[in-house]
Amino acid sequence: MYQYDQYDQQIVNERVAQFRDQTRRYLAGELSEDEYRPLRLMNGLYIQRHAPMLRVSIPYGLLSSTQLRMLAHIAEKYDKGYGHFSTRQNIQFNWPSLESVPDILADLASVQMHAIQTSGNCIRNITSDHFAGIAGDELEDPRPYCEIIRQWSTFHPEFSFLPRKFKIAVSGAENDRAAVQIHDIGIYLVRGNEGEVGFRILVGGGLGRTPFIGTCIREYLEKRHLLSYLEAILRVYNQLGRRDNMHKARIKILVNAAGAEKFTDMVETEWQRIKDSALTLDQAEIDRVKGYFSEPEYASHAAAAADATQAKRLVLQKDFKLWVERNVKAHKTPGYRAVYLSLKHPATAPGDATAAQMNFIADMADRFSHSEIRVTHDQNLILSHVRQADLYPLWNALKKERLATPNIGLLTDMICCPGLDFCNLANAGSIDIAKQINDRFDELDYLHDIGDFQIKMSGCMNACGHHHVGNIGILGVDKKGKEFYQLTLGGAAGNQARLGDRLGPAIAKDDVAETIDKVLQVYLEQREGDEQFQETYLRVGIEPFKTRVYAEDTSKQPEMKAVAGY
Amino acid sequence: MRVIKAGKVLEDNWQRIASLEQEHVLEDGDWIVPLDYWRVNRERLLRHNGRVGVCLNGDDDLEHIAEALGQLELIALEFPGFTDGRSYSHARILRDRFRYRGELRAVGDVLRDQLFFMQRCGIDSFQVREDKDAEDAVKGLSDFSVKYQTAADGSPPVYRFRQQAGK
Repeated sequence: MYQYDQYDQQIVNERVAQFRDQTRRYLAGELSEDEYRPLRLMNGLYIQRHAPMLRVSIPYGLLSSTQLRMLAHIAEKYDKGYGHFSTRQNIQFNWPSLESVPDILADLASVQMHAIQTSGNCIRNITSDHFAGIAGDELEDPRPYCEIIRQWSTFHPEFSFLPRKFKIAVSGAENDRAAVQIHDIGIYLVRGNEGEVGFRILVGGGLGRTPFIGTCIREYLEKRHLLSYLEAILRVYNQLGRRDNMHKARIKILVNAAGAEKFTDMVETEWQRIKDSALTLDQAEIDRVKGYFSEPEYASHAAAAADATQAKRLVLQKDFKLWVERNVKAHKTPGYRAVYLSLKHPATAPGDATAAQMNFIADMADRFSHSEIRVTHDQNLILSHVRQADLYPLWNALKKERLATPNIGLLTDMICCPGLDFCNLANAGSIDIAKQINDRFDELDYLHDIGDFQIKMSGCMNACGHHHVGNIGILGVDKKGKEFYQLTLGGAAGNQARLGDRLGPAIAKDDVAETIDKVLQVYLEQREGDEQFQETYLRVGIEPFKTRVYAEDTSKQPEMKAVAGY
Repeated sequence: MRVIKAGKVLEDNWQRIASLEQEHVLEDGDWIVPLDYWRVNRERLLRHNGRVGVCLNGDDDLEHIAEALGQLELIALEFPGFTDGRSYSHARILRDRFRYRGELRAVGDVLRDQLFFMQRCGIDSFQVREDKDAEDAVKGLSDFSVKYQTAADGSPPVYRFRQQAGK
């Protein structure tokens, strides 16, 4: 993975010093609350419901065991002993004191980490495919480009005070696992007409109050033009994006208001002016960064795969078999596997990990995965280079730490924001609902019968939980001080990205799991052959689901007007 | 006007008028005037006894002054609130596209923690908000010694240094 050199280290060290002084000036009264806010936000520091929340950047979701141990240390020393992995492959700490944040940043800097631009109206953490570099369906590893964009966007002098936050994702695989199309800029590595690899550029995707799927504004961009093209897009946005209304300030609103064609024209015109400037990326730099993402030294296929007992165990131990089927994924190197560590144990909040678990996972990574860990955008972790022969001992170890729940991709593998329990913006709880769903759907056989199924839940319309692109989306809304939940069906985040359709009026808190059950019943009745939920849904439409959920006893439904955003 | 220039706080002769009747005739002296006033009174201002600069805000279209840049010794860029980042792009475009070589001055909600960014976009003088200590704000110019990306300050991207070091 990428290693800081003297320059990278210098920048994070200077950032620590800068933020320490900003915080000192704030505490001394030299900076007002309003003046300090954008400064702390650009360091991922929010003032939340109970305490400050610090979001730490995990560039494209890649962690070393050393870094994960530091996150555990921070959770223990400055927080209440746990952290929350987010849908942007970052980690959030919910209980640090404001005064301790400069020290936390210094600790992070000691392991080549930071909280730079994890919030604020600037370019945020660059996200990517959690199987980058190990996926069989990959055209090219996207991480070198993520790192190049990370460096370009870090303290970008022109784009640090944008109209609104700005998210970029890059994917290099046939199957989009990075939800590229719901980002402000989405980038796919693609092959051009001459056979060489370049980028397809999408703009204007995003969820929140007014969700949009991104629009392709350039089918093919040569690699050397990556930064000049991004700079052209950002410049147009910085100048023309709305600043009068924060709910209409994202680039998706500009793209939609101007029209894709006119927006593309503006970008292309600006790009023509700057494309052959010092922004041009030379091959030497691409190659240099690529060098950091070379493969670890894998064992030979025979050595990696050798475990004579495994075939027998898969027959005899049903729970091991289930885990292998759900949580163990293919790896491009023969004899190797990628192993999901589920952070969706029924008894814990989705995406949370304790310091003890983090330390344990770091040990497992050292022992079984070339010291490497990935964070996925659906809030799980991955050990990315596990020898097939090590699966059984690894599974045994993970079980003891509640990290072997065999539910990856299943209904209980929910995406969930922190909700009303922690977040200032939330209208309703998310964690309670996750628990309600877990309590109701606790039969693994049933879950496996349903198969791949994504529930995504946000406690407010800012959509941190990506509810618009869940097969079932759940949006928490506030109705006269009471929590209600708006369901959507048929959303998807991958190559076939689609915004879910509103099922009907919001439902009461206690009825959420019951309602999901009804939706599942309709699916199971209607599905043909091996159809996944999404296929059935697209074939039969929303009506049968509506009828089942709302027709039976309408007297129980609360009066609820259409919720903004739908 | 008390400004930061070349890393020092100094007093200069420029005065800025935020709004002016179009018919108003300026007294002798160095004035920074709004764009619309300058556009109407351009011919007269060329004969003005003193220097003339124009103040632009984020809404102003730079094409309106592009051909006249040679006549302007100073352009002030307004930051109505320090989170309004449009003038950063204005600065880059004036420097990089239009090759403007006069003085670019940040005015308005100009605070210490923005100076590093402003300087990199080609702004070379800073009128720090009146209630703030300008001497303290000077420190903001040197928050970082390494710059990842190229900008209007002529600084090459850091990877060029890496390549040199690698050779």
